[in-house]
Amino acid sequence: MAYPADYRYTKEHEWIQVDGNIGTVGITDYAQNSLGDIVYVDLPKVGDAVEAAKTFGSVESVKAVSDLFSPVTGKVTAINEELKDAPEKINAAANTTWLLKVELADAKQIDGLLTAADYEKFTNEETGH
Amino acid sequence: MAETMAPLRKTALNAVHRAAKSKMVDFGGWDMPVDCCGLIAEHMAVRTAVGVFDVSHMGDIQLRGPGSLAAVQQLCMNDASKLAVRQAHYSAMLHPNGTFVDDVVVHKLSDNDYLIVINAGTREKDVQWVRKQIGHMPGVHVNDFSDYYTQLAIQGPRAAETLQKLTSTDLSTIKNYWFTWGQVCGLHNVMIARTGYTGEDGFEIYIPSDEPTSARVWGEVLEAGSEFGILACGLGARNTLRLEAGMALYGHEISDTINVFEAGLGRYAKLDKGEFVGREALAKIQAEGGPGRKLVGLEMIERGIGRDGYTVFSLEGKRLGEITSGSPAPFLKKNIAMAYVPVDFTALDTEVAVEIRGQMVKAKVVPLPFYKRAKKSA
Repeated sequence: MAYPADYRYTKEHEWIQVDGNIGTVGITDYAQNSLGDIVYVDLPKVGDAVEAAKTFGSVESVKAVSDLFSPVTGKVTAINEELKDAPEKINAAANTTWLLKVELADAKQIDGLLTAADYEKFTNEETGH
Repeated sequence: MAETMAPLRKTALNAVHRAAKSKMVDFGGWDMPVDCCGLIAEHMAVRTAVGVFDVSHMGDIQLRGPGSLAAVQQLCMNDASKLAVRQAHYSAMLHPNGTFVDDVVVHKLSDNDYLIVINAGTREKDVQWVRKQIGHMPGVHVNDFSDYYTQLAIQGPRAAETLQKLTSTDLSTIKNYWFTWGQVCGLHNVMIARTGYTGEDGFEIYIPSDEPTSARVWGEVLEAGSEFGILACGLGARNTLRLEAGMALYGHEISDTINVFEAGLGRYAKLDKGEFVGREALAKIQAEGGPGRKLVGLEMIERGIGRDGYTVFSLEGKRLGEITSGSPAPFLKKNIAMAYVPVDFTALDTEVAVEIRGQMVKAKVVPLPFYKRAKKSA
């Protein structure tokens, strides 16, 4: 699996793609694969504040529930409504199935996140490969 | 780190599961596949077609000799004197207070020969318990044959058609919870039992546990079932299938702190068959009007998934008990759970609240099992 080089990543397995001052957030392919079949995504509302490294929601597979951690601080400008009825889209295409969009409070926060290469190294360490 | 822990035990099919890129987990000290090709797909394959599971981690204790029936009767709550040769039944080994050492399936191989299939996580404890309880009884020889068998469960409405391609034994002559011995994949005298843990029709076969034989038979079963869409299934689907079917799992619905009546398994406890470990306590509980709490089925009414260990409350906020197993039900497409609640809260349609990460989410009591397969007219 390839992690897009223009995204940044967290150790909690979220990705963020930044365009101007808007960040688009999803979970990584590694995360969807670890969770298995995803059946439920709990997201904040548009207008809610999210904070870097704090939980903003959860994602549930048949067998597990996992908190979602925000890569950045900011305000939610959109959530992916289609996940309410089709959360399995995350399993099918984690890299392109976004959860929410955030208006960044501080664009510099991105620099503190993992690059694709760093993230891949991190996941390889986690699985002991 | 991990190096200091006891090594995980492996079934003879471990390399096959790893080569197939199944997701592996530590299950009771065993390195087992939890997810082979997607839990929901596996679950649906078993409900609508056929799936195959490696359940070699299950244990097998054989009691032989002229005293074997008396030993089984002392050890287990069901009445093994009612079993015919080649018949099996669900039973349990109990502590003197009527709680569970383990739930088991007793197979009568011949008049003086019984095979008790036990859970993986409780294997050593069970073997020790058996020796302690009946080791002193005359004319019985106890053997732990757990490592001698690779046990495969072939489950689903197309299970019989799948296995029939691999055996000359007429499977239609084996009734539910009966077994026989026959040739399977060229192996002689394979025990073929019409048993399982999925709520579907299906078979469990017991083959030699060497790796080449195990891998060959596993491959032949997958090949035989391919025209029906067979899938290799992991413990994840095994759990959701048995949960839909309302079947107990040791360490969840049954344990050494839960008694037979609480678990709703009183129909398998034959108090009038004579003495057995736990009988006196069960008779007392029954004489005193039954247990104060019982296992119920719950269906979430509001959005949310009640999971193992979550607390159940009354709508007034009184703590009632805990969920023992809870999950989305892939076939029923509902969020279901089993939980212990006081008997006043066990009536069907009683509404309760499940605390899900700080939120109270409504659920209601529904009948167990959640899922029951349609009876064939044949």
